[in-house]
Amino acid sequence: MPLAADDLTALADAALGSAAGCQAAELRVERIRSQMVRLHDAHPETTADDTDFGMGVRVVVDGAVGFAATVDVRPEEAANLVRQAMEMARVTSRAGGGRVELAPEPSHGDVTWTSAFEIDPSTVPMAEKIALLSEWSSRLGDHPAVSHTTASLLAVSEQTYLADLNGTRATQHRVRLQNQLEALAVSDSGFETMRTLAPPVGRGWEFLTGPTDDGNWNWDAELAQLPELLADKLRAPSVQAGTYDLVVDPSNLWLTIHESIGHATELDRAVGYEAAYAGTSFATFDKLGTLAYGSPVMHVTGDRTVEHGLATIGIDGEGVEGQSFDLVRDGTLVGYQLDRSIAAAMGFERSNGCAFADSPMHVPIQRMANVSLAHSGSDGPSTDELIAGVERGIYIAGDKSWSIDMQRYNFQFTGQRFYRIEDGKLAGQMKDVAYQATTTDFWGAMEAVGGASTWVLGGAFNCGKGQPGQVAPVSHGCPSVLVRGVRVLNTREESGR
Amino acid sequence: MIPAQELVERGVAAADAAGADACIVLVEEGSHADVRFAQNTTTTNGVHRARSVSVVTMAAGSVGTSRQTGVVGTAGVDDMVAAALADAREAPPAEDAFPLVEPWGGTLGRDFGLAPEETDAAILDGVLSSLSGAFGRARARDAVLAGFAELDVMTLYLGSSTGVRLSHLQPTGAVNLVGRTTDGKGSAWVGEPSITPSMEVMEREIWRRLDWAKRQVSLEAGRYEVILPPSGVGDMMAELAFGGLGGRDAEDGRTVFSSEGGGTRVGDRIASLPFTLFSDPCEAGVECAPFVAAEASSSEVSVFDNGLPVRRVDWLHEGVLAHLRYHRAGAAKSGVEVAPTFDNLVLHCAGAAGGSVDDMVARTERGLLLTCLWYIREVDPATLLLTGLTRDGVYMIEDGAVVGAANNFRFNESPVDLLARATEVGTPVRALGREFGEYLNRLIMPPLRIPDYNMSSVSQAS
Repeated sequence: MPLAADDLTALADAALGSAAGCQAAELRVERIRSQMVRLHDAHPETTADDTDFGMGVRVVVDGAVGFAATVDVRPEEAANLVRQAMEMARVTSRAGGGRVELAPEPSHGDVTWTSAFEIDPSTVPMAEKIALLSEWSSRLGDHPAVSHTTASLLAVSEQTYLADLNGTRATQHRVRLQNQLEALAVSDSGFETMRTLAPPVGRGWEFLTGPTDDGNWNWDAELAQLPELLADKLRAPSVQAGTYDLVVDPSNLWLTIHESIGHATELDRAVGYEAAYAGTSFATFDKLGTLAYGSPVMHVTGDRTVEHGLATIGIDGEGVEGQSFDLVRDGTLVGYQLDRSIAAAMGFERSNGCAFADSPMHVPIQRMANVSLAHSGSDGPSTDELIAGVERGIYIAGDKSWSIDMQRYNFQFTGQRFYRIEDGKLAGQMKDVAYQATTTDFWGAMEAVGGASTWVLGGAFNCGKGQPGQVAPVSHGCPSVLVRGVRVLNTREESGR
Repeated sequence: MIPAQELVERGVAAADAAGADACIVLVEEGSHADVRFAQNTTTTNGVHRARSVSVVTMAAGSVGTSRQTGVVGTAGVDDMVAAALADAREAPPAEDAFPLVEPWGGTLGRDFGLAPEETDAAILDGVLSSLSGAFGRARARDAVLAGFAELDVMTLYLGSSTGVRLSHLQPTGAVNLVGRTTDGKGSAWVGEPSITPSMEVMEREIWRRLDWAKRQVSLEAGRYEVILPPSGVGDMMAELAFGGLGGRDAEDGRTVFSSEGGGTRVGDRIASLPFTLFSDPCEAGVECAPFVAAEASSSEVSVFDNGLPVRRVDWLHEGVLAHLRYHRAGAAKSGVEVAPTFDNLVLHCAGAAGGSVDDMVARTERGLLLTCLWYIREVDPATLLLTGLTRDGVYMIEDGAVVGAANNFRFNESPVDLLARATEVGTPVRALGREFGEYLNRLIMPPLRIPDYNMSSVSQAS
């Protein structure tokens, strides 16, 4: 944070001292540094080094919400922001409607929280980032099967300060990093691409260069195998559309969890507050405790505490402590993700800490916790053992295309790598695969979940929600799973070819 | 805060003093107001002002960049120049390196000396006044309204070490309105790319569509004749532009416009009807920046091209693929015309019958009227196959009239194939894409009749 503790206190005092008459008020001061490097054929194509610095104030006054923000981070402007936010609450409440209440949250006093990382990636010189990606791109590009390469690195260092009328003063710092390389192979019969499977993580630069026995990625191994895998994919037969048993790798399944469970269990959606944009949810509030979401082996948690999680935080954007909670237990819907307003509106005693704003210019809204599928324990099956239980099926790894409807029923996903399973063994790659299902059918057909050794924390930097649009980072941990009888499409046939 | 123009001059001078070969400074002065509503009540809202400063420095053909959103003063811009120059001196040569644009003799954009323009909460008065009554009418109809209204006003200042000084004012507004019956069976959307639309007209259209939904029709997946309204056409064309028009990517061999055996498909006939898809910063109603303003380079846009005049480009001309996107360095390398950027899209078809969506419904014996498309994602870049869903209203047409609402569908379709198969083209109108409207607000699109739209499966969403 570029401001000293005394300066932050002065901002907080100025803002909150002007909030007389407000039922709630929070000041957020944020400095977010984002760096992006993109290479094409090992040469730099895009470099960007962005810093966003500003502050925002949300108030609740006379049952209405108001928000105002500025880049002018001075105490007199902090006080002025409160007045602007109160005016916004007054103006917008003229349209009528219901009152907003916030679920109570105790004061957490002075909090300092830092995510788990060794090297803040924003401190690594841009030239070092370009050099590393260039060398890795060259390794791929030197293979005769590879026609072109792309590499991209996104690194974020997020420093925030929150002060509210409850007395919480939270200073937090977290970093995240996403690195991907993709190879393109072109032949007379068309082209194929293949991308690395490394997930985005709440880790530092060490994820790229540190020892792999400490949870960092084995880039050497992945880059070594990727060109041959791509060459195999280019030669692979096109899938025959039909119904298949699927063994889904965590590198693909995280996205299915994100879309069909993560968003569906956001209570603001379920009660209609995202109806104009992100949509609503089939998992409506009246089904809490009864909805058969999936098979009995399905246990899903929402979590803002897991180490290296992209949505992990000490105190959320409304001053609520990060928590872990059940969403689906034994296949039944048992919980939702909440912020303070939706918690109060729906009768919960407390928010479970899912408020986030992606910028000091934006109001915090309910955003996704790290929503993860539990594994089946240390004795649970390996991915190979899951595959062994399939007579005719497909093993899918890596994410690519994704889409789901506005109530989270109907989804369609593709992937990076598809292997035919015959009589319990992998029998070579295939291509042009997409799987399509209805959420509860898919999770209801999940026969087995892999053991602890198969569990990986995947995720994304770019989860979109809200108006104005906000982008949130979120992780999803999951094991490999076996799902019976899923509809598989041939994407070339879908396009009429 | 010191004026943006002074910041530009300071940055350019600081780069020169520090020994940079060249420098570009962009300052964006932005203000914003929004209000959101759902369940017949306002929910969140916001007003803010922001300044964003970008410094691009060049040293021996390499580039360094620094961008800050915040109160950047003279010391701050000096620091940004130093950081960008340090990165440039350590970076490998840029593949898009090209001599900077020289000052252009004619009038281009807004007077550089003018102060920025702003908006505030008062701009929402019209929408809020209308909503007050609309919420009551919705409750009386057992319906709920949700939506969003926003206005962004951005004033851009651009200066370079070659003496280019340019400015552009860009307001961007939109209102989305969704009506849902409280039983969850009916849902309708209308959207306008303006902060001052006729809320009365929008509300009336919501009630008309919810009345249509009083009769529900259950349909299976399959291919249907559809009338794709301007919003949906706009989203499909936006995806074509974002995902298909990259010249370098096509030459790599990775897009729908890559030619088998190498090269691109420029010159190939894409559609049997004489569709023209173009971008033009001077097009009435969708005016946008008439020069390149790039904070960072990409495969089609180069920081070296900052200040380059942007003129009309026909991406498709009378059914033939005419241009792909290239920055100057890429165009020089490939021997093609420069066509780096777009911030609006217009689709029309010479000699088309024209008419509104309602006119086309009246000319339909049996088919589906779609409202908008949602969650559109690329499935196969080779064909630009996209998947997505219908949303907030699919209506059954029989004998020239809407007779009820059908279920939603997942579709798998390519915008390139849609243009090839379209059989009727309505009158182009200003449109707001439901999916990509927040990224590409400036569209003029016609409704299209597609005889065999591929509805891959039924969606239970309602």
